[in-house]
Amino acid sequence: MSDNVILEVKNLKKHFDLGHGRVLKAVDDVSFTIREGETLGLVGESGCGKTTCGRTCLGMYKKTSGQVLYKGKDVHALKGAELFAFKKDAQLIFQDPYASLDPRMTVSDIIAEGIDVHHLAKDHGERTERIYGLLNLVGLNKEHANRFIHEFSGGQRQRIGIARALAVQPKMLVLDEPISALDVSIQAQVVNMLIGFQQELGLTYLFIAHDLSMVKHASDRVAVMYLGNIVEITRSEELYSHPLHPYTQALLSAIPIPDPVIEKQRENTRIRLEGEVPSPINPPAGCKFAGRCRYATDRCRQETPKLVDVGSDHHVACFTVNR
Amino acid sequence: MSEKLLEIKDLAVSYHGYAGEVQSVRRVSFDVEKGETVAIVGESGCGKSVTAKAIMRLIKTPPAEIKDGSRILFKGEDVLKFDDRRLREYRGGEVAIIFQDALAALNPTMTAGKQIAENILHHVKMTKKEAMAQAVELLRMVGIPQPEQRVKQYPHEFSGGMRQRVMIAIAFACNPQLLIADEPTTALDVTIQSQIIDLIKKLQQEKGTSVIMITHDLGVVANIAHRIVVMYSGKIVERGCSMDLFHHPKHPYTNALLEAVPRLDLNNKQVLASIEGTPPDLLNPPKGCPFSTRCRYCMEICCREQPPAVSFENNHEASCWLYFLKEAPADAPFVKEGRV
Repeated sequence: MSDNVILEVKNLKKHFDLGHGRVLKAVDDVSFTIREGETLGLVGESGCGKTTCGRTCLGMYKKTSGQVLYKGKDVHALKGAELFAFKKDAQLIFQDPYASLDPRMTVSDIIAEGIDVHHLAKDHGERTERIYGLLNLVGLNKEHANRFIHEFSGGQRQRIGIARALAVQPKMLVLDEPISALDVSIQAQVVNMLIGFQQELGLTYLFIAHDLSMVKHASDRVAVMYLGNIVEITRSEELYSHPLHPYTQALLSAIPIPDPVIEKQRENTRIRLEGEVPSPINPPAGCKFAGRCRYATDRCRQETPKLVDVGSDHHVACFTVNR
Repeated sequence: MSEKLLEIKDLAVSYHGYAGEVQSVRRVSFDVEKGETVAIVGESGCGKSVTAKAIMRLIKTPPAEIKDGSRILFKGEDVLKFDDRRLREYRGGEVAIIFQDALAALNPTMTAGKQIAENILHHVKMTKKEAMAQAVELLRMVGIPQPEQRVKQYPHEFSGGMRQRVMIAIAFACNPQLLIADEPTTALDVTIQSQIIDLIKKLQQEKGTSVIMITHDLGVVANIAHRIVVMYSGKIVERGCSMDLFHHPKHPYTNALLEAVPRLDLNNKQVLASIEGTPPDLLNPPKGCPFSTRCRYCMEICCREQPPAVSFENNHEASCWLYFLKEAPADAPFVKEGRV
């Protein structure tokens, strides 16, 4: 199993020092692995550290401690040619297609920036050919190449962002909420396209999102984050059929299903979470979910539960389950 | 239940810009009965928020214009003909609105309590002290812990979910007969979303308020709406009760929209049924059916003429030419019954 692991994250921590002795623990001791060609979904509510986690894995943020190994090499220790190669291999797709693309560059320049930096085209003709090929791949055409970003709709912009990432022939993509800014009917288009590319090009995805139904649809395995910790990680079907962590259970039961009959049935069994996510600045000791958990015991408030394997590749960090 | 609280007839709203006239809402009619929840569902730019603003008379002229022939009747009175004095009673008193972005909608320089009291003092004769006491009660009603302290805090001191609760407290301050909720949960996390939806439902049942729920999320609607209106590029394409619409959608757009959403309760690892293309430009809306440019079943007549509404049982209506064919296409299983 371990031979085709592409990304291994070990006890990764990313703390932001806010001054005055206050520390924001955005990512606090997170470990997971991604195998080649698979999609790992990373879900959680806003502020749980999922985006910070994705960016730290790419080396965009300096880690506080822990390790991120890409093909066995520590990402944060890479230098020179190796770092250059890693940046070609691992690409990021941003949430906001309005803010992440330069409004003063044409579409062809945006897409070709990576091609130029990594010298992937021999001459001008090949460069143009590749741009057209990429536009075609994401469902746009070559007439779009010389236009500017403001001329495109949100869905089209996200396609341009995907073309830009694919231009350098990456092996791994971090998709940071790629569809949450898009309309429902456009979301399906983009997700279908991403799944198609994965199968064709053998890409590995880290799919960060808050929409659990879309993550379920697109991922092989899913990790649930809460306040900087992974509380549960397992195969996608397993997570949705047998959620073990009380937070995962509550999260799943909060998602509305577009069917009035099923909603009526769920009404009485719905787990209602009281309160809100506490601040990640100087969080309480023990399990971070204890304050909102209906099974919480004294032990939960004192000790931090570790991720424990409960069989069939299912890991949970909860004392009530591990007993 | 059959008393009509609000009737909207042939509403048309256009915005005038440099590029020309954007026809945001194109002759929309529907009504809301006492105590019921009507959901308006559609994608961004389909005119659902403009409809809500028109009901509140929040459309600014110019640049926008409510076209002649549009009528909005609240308990039989024409809202579009209200004078300023009547409008003050109507807004915030009889009809209240909550917006998607609570941080932008609340005044950052006023405490939460003062903003609630402002609405009460506007409509009811009482002292400031009494109004503040009532504000505390309202905050308690919407489930904000320690309301006595919270009443003195400013919007930035509240979290997103709490801000939306403050908005709801302001809206319910004068016991409105109609609440318009414009994407109230879109900016919130799912666990907070379900708290807010539960709260709106609870208040509605206690007070018998009618609700117009505007959203793009079909899941939210399933839980709360009695009747649903589906809008697409400024027009209503389908309407019906929640049960009919989710289980027997009649319009190709509604059908496609339901298939495009992955569902938590089904094992759908296969490719999602996506709707190709993008919604039409409302500067030059298509002459025929608004969905014709993206519809799988588009026929020649769809591009030429607008389809009339076809009625099914239970006041279920859809505007589609497919129901006028002698024989329904084999790949459109939803076109089975009710052909004209």
